[in-house]
Amino acid sequence: MIRIEKLHKSYPIGKDSLHVLKGIDLHIKEGEFVSIMGSSGSGKSTLLNIVGLLDIHDEGDYYLNGQLIKDLNEKKAAILRNKFLGFVFQSFNLISYKTALENVALPLYYKGMNRKERLKVAMDYLDKVGLKDWASHLPSELSGGQKQRVAIARALVTNPKVVLADEPTGALDTTTTDSVMDLLKDINDEGMTVFVITHEEEVAEQTKRIVRLRDGVIISDTLTKAAKAL
Amino acid sequence: MFDLDRWREIFQSINKNRLRSVMSGFTVAFAILLFTLLFGVASGLGNFFKSAFADDAQNMMFVRVWKTTKPYKGLQTGRAIQLKNTDYNYVTEEYEDQIQYQSARIYKNFSIKYKNEASTYNVRAVHPDHQFLEKTLMDEGRYLNNRDLREKSKVIVIGRLIKKDLFGEKPALGKRVNVNGSSFLIIGIFSDEGGDNEERMAYVPVTTVQMMYGNNDYISQINLGYNPNLSTDAAIAFGKKVERNMRKRLNIHPDDQSALSVRNMAEANKFVSILMFALFLIIGFIGSGTLVAGIIGISNIMIFVIKERTKEFGIRKALGATPGSIIGMVVQESVLITTLAGYFGLTLGTYILSAIGNSLEEQYFIKDPSVSSGIVIGATVVLIISGLIAGYVPAKRAARIKPIEALRAD
Repeated sequence: MIRIEKLHKSYPIGKDSLHVLKGIDLHIKEGEFVSIMGSSGSGKSTLLNIVGLLDIHDEGDYYLNGQLIKDLNEKKAAILRNKFLGFVFQSFNLISYKTALENVALPLYYKGMNRKERLKVAMDYLDKVGLKDWASHLPSELSGGQKQRVAIARALVTNPKVVLADEPTGALDTTTTDSVMDLLKDINDEGMTVFVITHEEEVAEQTKRIVRLRDGVIISDTLTKAAKAL
Repeated sequence: MFDLDRWREIFQSINKNRLRSVMSGFTVAFAILLFTLLFGVASGLGNFFKSAFADDAQNMMFVRVWKTTKPYKGLQTGRAIQLKNTDYNYVTEEYEDQIQYQSARIYKNFSIKYKNEASTYNVRAVHPDHQFLEKTLMDEGRYLNNRDLREKSKVIVIGRLIKKDLFGEKPALGKRVNVNGSSFLIIGIFSDEGGDNEERMAYVPVTTVQMMYGNNDYISQINLGYNPNLSTDAAIAFGKKVERNMRKRLNIHPDDQSALSVRNMAEANKFVSILMFALFLIIGFIGSGTLVAGIIGISNIMIFVIKERTKEFGIRKALGATPGSIIGMVVQESVLITTLAGYFGLTLGTYILSAIGNSLEEQYFIKDPSVSSGIVIGATVVLIISGLIAGYVPAKRAARIKPIEALRAD
């Protein structure tokens, strides 16, 4: 599903450049539940941005769903994101003036689905995350856990190939963290590839494979107890 | 291309951000309001100038005489100049081609009496063409004609207000009045746009008055309407020529303005049209400046708005919005706000102008201020284009922002 070979990325800082990713090789198969761990500055967010087509790499190859990602213009990247990827962010990133239902339906708008149909599909996904009754609420009327579940529903609504979650529990307390992780596990059980970035050991432990990054290189890549238990 | 979903997105964004939308709309509405008022007032001034001269024919010219102030050919200063029938005939025959209307005028003050009502009025003894030169409007009966002149008939055309003074609401046409001791038949009643003074006045034949004064041939003034086919400049030249020749004919020093002068509407017309041109130039400059300020204003607000919405655009892009769809959305929103607000300003402006109407005519010389449909259409087009520009420039920048940068701004 995701194949990365000798990936490099640097950011210019004034006259110098900061070498963030120093040759990453990573292969994630369909249906995997992977977490990327690392302290801040390890390059994990950069990796997620590149995988999520939100940023472009300098060197190396990146295949998404068998397709080589190269020379993408913004428009193509937007279409691929819409088609293959679902995002879950630490700060939820819901649009404040849209209701929960409208937020979930937004990716379908960019897909070109008509309003009636997309509201119906969005409602199904809201139901799936247990928030059907909150459909007409604005994000400001929802708790953190509820917001993240709306965001997860939004990430799933286009039926993507991969769900990318950037510190999905970073802004949540322990109880809600568990419920969000349970939700991600359920999604994974249904066959969805889930790619989580986190710095919390407990969160990573709940995934099936942990990839540890330090200073732009992979230092370990292990299966978790959860995976071994299967 | 009509995209209902796109419009729904825009209405939602406007509706959920009312203050912001109203603020940007206000800038445009205010600019357009000022623009409309400026143009309206300018056209009101123009209308006033035009109508100020509408009392008399636009092509009127008159030869007037007083006393000489310069010695000439052995003649002393202080000599009173008297125009006579021969002078009138000379001018009208000599310049026949350049003349449309012609009339002599003798000024008299006569007491006019009907039964017990009597008063003294200005009476002008004139030729039939005088009706057109003075734009006398006949309410009842007829004006003087050539037969009245030929037969030196004792007929009189009275102003609406004389009739009111002497007859009240009773009919006056066909009645006889006593004019300075002689009985005159009222053949017509007129009104005049020139105001009360022009309507408290009467007209009698030139020849009749001359007969009353011992068959003399004196006249006070020669009134002409120059040929309307003459250009303004040609008409001014014609006036100068008449003035020169009349001075020569009456042995007046060529520079003696006080003895004889020709008052020519062509000169006033030229002055008014130059004045109006200058006025519209100034107004046009200020008006377009106001519009430009409005456009810059909304552009600034849009830049601010887009900064505020950077994160939203980042989210939208992460969810699959193409840069084009972001630009389209912002531009469409901007055009919608500019057009609606501009239309509001325009309507308000037109409404204010029509409410003003003629109420400022007396003190401020503004008559019937209004904007022409051409200007309205032009302003609307400018609005839409400015909305496009105001939205496009910042939207382009917004669409270029990478989603990660937008999303990082927590």
